[in-house]
Amino acid sequence: MKKHWPILVVDDEDVMCESMAAWLREDGYHVDTAPGGQRALELARATNYAICFVDLKMPGGMDGIETMMEIHRIRPEASVIIITAYATVDTAIQAMKEGAQEYIVKPCNPQEISMLVSRILKLKKLQSENAILRKKITRQYKHHDIITKNPRMEEILALTQDVSSLRSTVLIRGESGTGKELVARAVHYSGNRSEKPFIVVSCAALTETLLESELFGYEKGAFTGANAQAKGKFELADGGTIFLDEIGDISPKLQADLLRVLQERRFYRVGGTQEVEVEVRIIAATNKNLAEEVQQGRFREDLYYRLNVIEIRLPALRERREDIPLLAEHFVQRISSELGRDISGISATALKLLIAYDWPGNVRELENVIERAIVTCRNGMLDEPDFSWLQQTAGQPQNWEVPDVSLGELERRAIVAALERKHGNVKEASSALGIDRSTLYDKLKRYEIVH
Amino acid sequence: MEWIENATADWFPLPIRRLPAVAIPAGAYDAKRGQYQSVEIMKMLAEQAPRDASRVLGVTDVDLAIPMLSFLFGQAQFDGPIAVVSLCRLHQEFYGLPAQQDLLRERTVKEVLHELGHTFGLTHCPDAKCAMSLATHIELVDAKAEQYCARCGMQLVRRFASQEGGV
Repeated sequence: MKKHWPILVVDDEDVMCESMAAWLREDGYHVDTAPGGQRALELARATNYAICFVDLKMPGGMDGIETMMEIHRIRPEASVIIITAYATVDTAIQAMKEGAQEYIVKPCNPQEISMLVSRILKLKKLQSENAILRKKITRQYKHHDIITKNPRMEEILALTQDVSSLRSTVLIRGESGTGKELVARAVHYSGNRSEKPFIVVSCAALTETLLESELFGYEKGAFTGANAQAKGKFELADGGTIFLDEIGDISPKLQADLLRVLQERRFYRVGGTQEVEVEVRIIAATNKNLAEEVQQGRFREDLYYRLNVIEIRLPALRERREDIPLLAEHFVQRISSELGRDISGISATALKLLIAYDWPGNVRELENVIERAIVTCRNGMLDEPDFSWLQQTAGQPQNWEVPDVSLGELERRAIVAALERKHGNVKEASSALGIDRSTLYDKLKRYEIVH
Repeated sequence: MEWIENATADWFPLPIRRLPAVAIPAGAYDAKRGQYQSVEIMKMLAEQAPRDASRVLGVTDVDLAIPMLSFLFGQAQFDGPIAVVSLCRLHQEFYGLPAQQDLLRERTVKEVLHELGHTFGLTHCPDAKCAMSLATHIELVDAKAEQYCARCGMQLVRRFASQEGGV
């Protein structure tokens, strides 16, 4: 662990450098030494030092403060500790002003130094944790950034601004992965409810009874296991927005309950006798054609009209191909920085491939495809071979016959076919199948495929 | 010296030889500080070391220091052949207290195990009871046991299992 925090000691006196380095090495640190500023900078360019001990007075060339400032230019996050034999208030003040983290007078007590080092490293650990968490949070909030130059999408964005401060219900339609939740967030966060909660409920993920208590909450004793009163999502979203994803999948009973909430803004908790009143804006989304569901009798017509006050229909990614390069570049930047990979972009030929592909999973699929390419990419640039597996899927006809066999058998056949196509190369076969190598090995074992 | 030999033999499966005393080089004395530079002493030990010794431990009564630190109980080359231990600050008399032979023996053994541990590649141990924990003042030396913790001890055993030949 201590190896992750390399330390540099800069002093013109060899015995000072070596003895200090030896002392820190006993503690398990990786320590380098430099006899002067120039060498220190060369080392700092190559290694990301956590702490640099720099002697204030070094004859010839750069003194300690200059060296510190140059180190900071190369490694802004390095903590520099200035060492001197003579303590004068002036130099101490100057060193701290120029950015020294600490100032010590040699010789100093061993305990002082070991406490100083562990204190600085504790701070560094917190800082790096903080940076990671902050990145995650910004990522969450940035989700309402929608990237587009497609005129239809731009119209939609303008519409989200226009309706953001109304209370009218919004119905968002679009294939999965087109960004329905992003648009819902955009509506919420650009309106006057942005400080209030934005609550997401995925209606398809839960059974009818679970969804009911999820939405409306329950009273103590309403059912086995209801040990205390619990608030539902409608109550939690009070003052804000509730986003009901995949609304097309809810049962007739819940459709009726929801209709009542929409009409009266009031409901009962499960097992409750007292009405709860809420002020909530409802945004619903579906990838189904609700009008058709109404015609088929599967969705209540009155609920449909209640929900469909403002309708937003999101185009599929293949209907806005001009956005693919834009989105791809954006994902490359974001994901490579998150994964700590140094990827500069996507080659023109690879982009062509991405533009030509049909993207049944839309933007979400594009994001996943890019993340996967970044993980496996060996050069600094995503190129055609990084997406070769995509090309194979793209080339396949959409309506192929599915043989009447079990899923497992289907999987087994797909694996055998992929291995045959790749002449037994497991790495390429796993990449064509879209699974990693160890998963493929597991499946080979499970299906007893002799490879 | 016997204390040291007995304790060392308990932990290191290597032949031990006591060499005649050597004078500390004049250059090691820092008149301004009234202390001796341990790096200079270690250099001298390295020059005079017999060829067949895998580790050389110097034991002295003088007060040791390095330019950066006001004092040292001892110093070692990490994963290297040379180590030095000073008894100066292990004496109760140093702290203005009456002499205590037993306590001095215990402290000496702890510091010898500590510095030799470094020469065999051990780093400081977070267990305050382990000889390899970092002691920056005498109370911390006293808090240690005269032995390595299980983890550090095992690391030494593994090391000897894979190589080595006399202190």
